[in-house]
Amino acid sequence: MTAMEGAARSAPPVAKRRKLRQLSIRDRVVLSLMAGIPTLLTVGLVWVPALASVVLSFSTWTGFGDFSTIQWVGTENYKNIFTIYPPFQPAIEHNLIWLAVFFCVPGPFGLFLAVQLDKQIRFSRIYQSVLFLPVVLSLALVGFMTELIFSPTQGLINNLTGHAEHNVIDWLGNPSLNIWAVMVMACWRQAGYVMILFLAGLKSVDPSQKEAAALDGAGGWQTFRHVVWPAMRPINIVVLVITVIESLRAFDIVYVINKGTNGLELLSVLVTDNIIGAGSRIGFGSALATILLVISMIFIVPYLISMFRKDERA
Amino acid sequence: MTQSPTDDRLPASSVFNSARRTVDRRSILRGALFGVGSLAVAPLLAACGGDDDSGGDSGSATGTVTFGSNAAVPQPKGAYQTLFNSAKSATGLTVKPNWVDHNTFQQNISTYLQGNPDDVFNWFAGERMQFFAGQGLVSDVDDVWKKIGPNYTDAMKAQSKGEDGHYYLVPFDYYPWAVFYSKSLFKSKGYEPPTTWDEYIALAKKIKGDGLIPIAFTNKDGWPSMGTFDYLNMRINGFQFHIDLMRKGEDWNSPKVKAVFDQWRELIPYYSPGFAGLTWQEGAQQILNQKAGMMVLGLDQIGTIFTGAKADDLGFFAFPEIDPANGQDAVEAPIDGMMVSKSPKNKAGANKLLEYLGTAKAQQVWLGTNPADIATATGVDETKYTAPQKAATKLIQGAKNLSQFMDRDTRPDFADPVMLPAIQSFFNKPGDVSGILSNVDKQAKSIWAAGS
Repeated sequence: MTAMEGAARSAPPVAKRRKLRQLSIRDRVVLSLMAGIPTLLTVGLVWVPALASVVLSFSTWTGFGDFSTIQWVGTENYKNIFTIYPPFQPAIEHNLIWLAVFFCVPGPFGLFLAVQLDKQIRFSRIYQSVLFLPVVLSLALVGFMTELIFSPTQGLINNLTGHAEHNVIDWLGNPSLNIWAVMVMACWRQAGYVMILFLAGLKSVDPSQKEAAALDGAGGWQTFRHVVWPAMRPINIVVLVITVIESLRAFDIVYVINKGTNGLELLSVLVTDNIIGAGSRIGFGSALATILLVISMIFIVPYLISMFRKDERA
Repeated sequence: MTQSPTDDRLPASSVFNSARRTVDRRSILRGALFGVGSLAVAPLLAACGGDDDSGGDSGSATGTVTFGSNAAVPQPKGAYQTLFNSAKSATGLTVKPNWVDHNTFQQNISTYLQGNPDDVFNWFAGERMQFFAGQGLVSDVDDVWKKIGPNYTDAMKAQSKGEDGHYYLVPFDYYPWAVFYSKSLFKSKGYEPPTTWDEYIALAKKIKGDGLIPIAFTNKDGWPSMGTFDYLNMRINGFQFHIDLMRKGEDWNSPKVKAVFDQWRELIPYYSPGFAGLTWQEGAQQILNQKAGMMVLGLDQIGTIFTGAKADDLGFFAFPEIDPANGQDAVEAPIDGMMVSKSPKNKAGANKLLEYLGTAKAQQVWLGTNPADIATATGVDETKYTAPQKAATKLIQGAKNLSQFMDRDTRPDFADPVMLPAIQSFFNKPGDVSGILSNVDKQAKSIWAAGS
């Protein structure tokens, strides 16, 4: 300890620094490890690859051999993506459909379920488990279930409605139908997810506030609109972010069904298709990934800005 | 035999390569014919190979060889297990398989080979082999070929060489693509296998009249449509045009390719309802259950559906003639085989295992449990073949040219990423062929320009 204090005394008289030096060596080591390791991991595993993708998007490379085999082609990949790459436009459209549907269906529906479950009805826990169950399943598994339900000749729906033999409805093959079949399944899973988040939010609303509202003569809807909903603001933001993230990273379910082709194109699938495979188009795939990154930024940056502003105010 | 002696010394230029290919494909016929003629001699050769295996360098080749296999599904998996057991008793080598799902294996092959691959792995002849040999990701197997050379026809040898003249593949099995049907259905309805396009369409009409699906067709996984495209193109424009189209990435936006799709459009009314959402397995089931009349597929695929007592009910005919100038000359016959990774842990063992796998004896062991393919080595006891296997041998031996299938004859970054979606959009908008082809053409040019 005395050595430490000696070190503190000999340090320059800057307030901040003195404060730091009052920590023991072990504390400092622990603190710098706690801050340093995550920073290193984030930079090494997230930022370096992300920036490398952006850089590689201006090249063509098969992924074989060393870096000297990379050829730089400028914005050629982007030009090709926007002009001669047919799956790109549908992929953008489907990602947007995914976002819109996730926003409009599982969001409100999850909230509705959460509010119902929060009313302490009988068997509430059973309902809760049943509704949450699909969230536990991986999306890949949900993809297999989609096939069991929607397969044109062997699926549940066509066999129940008698469309399996004649007048086959091609739920998975018809490019204007299959995205909706997939959306039904994705929403089924997402609704449980959203429900659990809202349920947690509702539990954190102070019951005395609701009681106070009830004493003031507010009805169920009024209580919800003016008391519960504003109190849940932080959860609403979480749900919003989750919705955006889940719709941009959608991948497994369409990949299981038909590798994300023929009406099920998504940006994430196009990236994978071009980078993974017997022959890779690293540059082209990286350009697609960069576009996905930019789209994510459009949603993430405003969120971060609003979060930081709030911190400053607090 | 008649193969050009300069083959090994040709420079790896694409012009020479395509010329050499022609020679190779032509010589397949001669090679195959020789194969039949030499049946009496071949067992002796195979026996010699076997002797080499058990003696000689057995001191250095021991222990375990790891084997990356794309045959994770039960049937070929069982066949491989039997094969590895017999390899153990023949060579003393323990084979440690690493089973991977077929499509996953193909998807990840470049990462796999650049990472920590197994000593020996399943792979394919054609562009697929050339591509990885060209990248320097595999070992040459010239030493193996010194021993197994006599077991193979020159055509098979040519299919196993890289552009630099070194051997990179030991062919193991192959199978034809054709139009498959249920023999008993054809017999009960009085259908005759067609040989020309008009007969094919007439038969399809007749089957439709009988309330069945004329042609089972499935496009969820793309294989039946790629095979159909290959055949239509080879029948309409000839083998050489097809191979050049696949290899060079030119001419996609030409009237010749447009003609292929125009012809194809005639078939759509006869295809399985909802085909875009069906897998080839579901299509093959339609043939097995006699709900559908015919299906363009590979024996390797549909042979795994027609099993047991049903095996001999599987009949097929060559894809019908469209232009008499091309007749039914070309057969699509993908060759599967084994390659050795760049720096195997047990090189001597890997080579010794391949020497064994390159014998008719080993292939016969495998085919005994997997009757959906035929052997690549000469000297296999064909009396043990099932009816479809015998017919497959006959079809392949009667062909003037052999193609390897779309995703093996062209660049891997073109077949799946560009052609699959293009064919799908053709079925979504059969009228917009020009738009689709001009787009394929632009993409092909950009991919070939980037990769060369």
